[in-house]
Amino acid sequence: MIQIGIISVYLTLLLGLGLFTKRLFRGTSKDYQLASSSIGPFLLLMSVFGTTMTAFALVGSTGESYKEGVGVYGLLASSSGLIHSLCFFLIGVKVWSLGKRHGYSTQIQLFRDRLESDKIGLILFPVLVGLIIPYLLIGVMSSGAVINGVTEGAFTTWFATSDYGVPTWLGSLVVCGVVLLYVFYGGMRGTAWANAFQTMVFMVLGVVTFVFIANKIGEAANPDSSGFFDNLRAASEQVLEKNPSRLKRTTDEKDANKYKDLYKKWETLAHYNWAVKNKGLVFTPEQAEAVKKAQENFPKKTVPNYEMVVAAGYAAENGLIDLTDEEKRIALFVQDDRAFDPAKDPLVDGEGTPLPLGAYPRIPGIETEKSLKIFADRIGHPDALLDENDPAKGKKWSRKQAVGIYKAGNWAPEKPHPISQLKFLTYFFIPLSVGMFPHLFQHWLTARRGGNFKLVVVAHPIFIMIVWVPCVLIGVWATSAVIDGRPVIPPQFPPNVVLAKLVKDMTTPVLGGFLTAGILAAIMSSLDSQFLCIGTIFTNDIVVHYFGGRKISDKQKLWLTRSFIIGIVIITYLFSLAEPRRVFQMGVWCFSGFSALFPLVFAALYWRKLTKMGAYAAVLGAITSWCYLFYQSDFGNNPHYEVELAPGWGVMPVVAMIATSIVLMVAVSLVTRPPSKETLDKFFPKG
Amino acid sequence: MNGNPATYAIWLAVLLMIGLHQDVWNWDNDRLVFGFMPVALFYHACFSVAAGILWFLATVVAWPEELEALDAEADRNSGMAEVGTEGGKES
Repeated sequence: MIQIGIISVYLTLLLGLGLFTKRLFRGTSKDYQLASSSIGPFLLLMSVFGTTMTAFALVGSTGESYKEGVGVYGLLASSSGLIHSLCFFLIGVKVWSLGKRHGYSTQIQLFRDRLESDKIGLILFPVLVGLIIPYLLIGVMSSGAVINGVTEGAFTTWFATSDYGVPTWLGSLVVCGVVLLYVFYGGMRGTAWANAFQTMVFMVLGVVTFVFIANKIGEAANPDSSGFFDNLRAASEQVLEKNPSRLKRTTDEKDANKYKDLYKKWETLAHYNWAVKNKGLVFTPEQAEAVKKAQENFPKKTVPNYEMVVAAGYAAENGLIDLTDEEKRIALFVQDDRAFDPAKDPLVDGEGTPLPLGAYPRIPGIETEKSLKIFADRIGHPDALLDENDPAKGKKWSRKQAVGIYKAGNWAPEKPHPISQLKFLTYFFIPLSVGMFPHLFQHWLTARRGGNFKLVVVAHPIFIMIVWVPCVLIGVWATSAVIDGRPVIPPQFPPNVVLAKLVKDMTTPVLGGFLTAGILAAIMSSLDSQFLCIGTIFTNDIVVHYFGGRKISDKQKLWLTRSFIIGIVIITYLFSLAEPRRVFQMGVWCFSGFSALFPLVFAALYWRKLTKMGAYAAVLGAITSWCYLFYQSDFGNNPHYEVELAPGWGVMPVVAMIATSIVLMVAVSLVTRPPSKETLDKFFPKG
Repeated sequence: MNGNPATYAIWLAVLLMIGLHQDVWNWDNDRLVFGFMPVALFYHACFSVAAGILWFLATVVAWPEELEALDAEADRNSGMAEVGTEGGKES
């Protein structure tokens, strides 16, 4: 309950800030949308950085490094430090100067002028909004997940289906409401101030979180450690011993052997379960006694489903499992909860090669359904004891924990994935997305002077490091951390909730409340700009340009912007109620789409030969390739999806999207009529 | 952009940084720097600092000249706006 109190106070403070900035609001649509281009260097840095660092940076990076290891920092953080500043330098500054000279307040206005195309907005607007909605979703979903994770067990009888914490739908709803209110009243000026405040909050509290969690994990790993640095060492050495692959970008031999052993045991389990259910395998009383003894003597009782694993091992060793090759293959699909019908679905491909497990998707939601049934008597309030008479058995399980244990005990173990060098190299294209983020575009235009960009360009890579390094370290440590003999993060735990779980379990309730406020600060400092920007685009580029002209008053523009923002918040919120995907993966897909549009903005500013038709071709190429590849990746559900240039040469899908966009843009531009000399002189002045 | 040799040096340095980002020599290295920092993470944290330094140099030697004139104009307008502001509203 303490956490809920602190989070509520923080959200109220933020609302207060929004209302305060309303007093600074000058009442014009330009002030609402661009803060009358009056933002100084510090506020510009904090608002641009706060906007760029989303839930992706805190929640996503911790969860992803928990799954994939330290390579995550190189994949997106260090590359972003270089490429984001490059984009600020090459695109941001140029856009600001053109905006200053010609009065643009959105990307579409600039493209319309540069390309002499009245209709470019009609094609670009749906694409930008379509790509920004998944970006908004990352924030909305994460805020609900974080609040739920941290408040788990806060209620005694309410919200049992949300593990007695604030339900994700309610957390997301409150965060959306707060952001909406301060954006509604304060506009860009309120957003810039709120961003600056929140960026400071999450940077300071991020460091505090790191120190607390590091000490806690380190002390548990080595009770003799004394001091902070000893704790850091103990935490990392623990990973080196248990999960060495997480400290590098290849698969360690130890982890590879562990996987092979686990997979073999899992196959045996699948065959055993199939034999029990379909071939009438039953132990004799003597065999059952021997199995019981083996289960009692099993050394690692924390291994999920260990009773069944031991029984399966016994049956296999004693030749009790008698299945044909076909039955064995069917058993694997069934054990892994794949949507596979043995009566009609094939087991081999056209050439007779056995199909891999991934050939059939998992049955959606099956893990929740089964775990709730199997572990019904173990799920409950996280503060209640599993057995009142034996406290040593521990406390009741949360639903998230039960689902994780079900997955770890029944599904095929996850194969360790090294990060390929080609994939690592092609991740470099993803940070180019900032060149086309409409909300950043709007932030650039708020600068009072071009020189204000200098601080942004220089400090951005350092700020990224300050935020990401602790998150990545915490995520990696979480893979191996054990407290009181139990893993801190249960197996197969949802990555989006790893940070919240650590904050809840490893800090005091008061600090946990503050730290959650810090995480929410990072999330909200992006949501606000994104909400505001799409409202601005809708008003200026669609309604006023195509329908209103001079008939729409400034006050009406203001209300149009606000109304569209409310509409988008509602749509995003409704989407967030659907099944969540990994925040990091969703972010990568969303950024890839914006990166695919980067060639367009670069060419518009630096290539005189770009034509209207070339721009249309680039946008259509980018979005078509994005849709196709997103579909191919099972709508983002396959986190390891790559585009294969040749066997073994997989690259990030963003490469194919950018290549499509460039090829179409250049080819079409070279054969179509360029813009007039007046336009080219306006955008490419001589000298 | 400025066309002076220092500007070209900056762009060359950016290309070099892109090359240095691909630290193939650290791929299979799980050494812990200072006993706690995985070398792959340490290298890329240093890379972030180097990027900050590079961009600082870029703002010093390769900052677009045309911005200076625009900034001077912005400064003049901001002075005029202050004079022309009445009761917090733009006049």
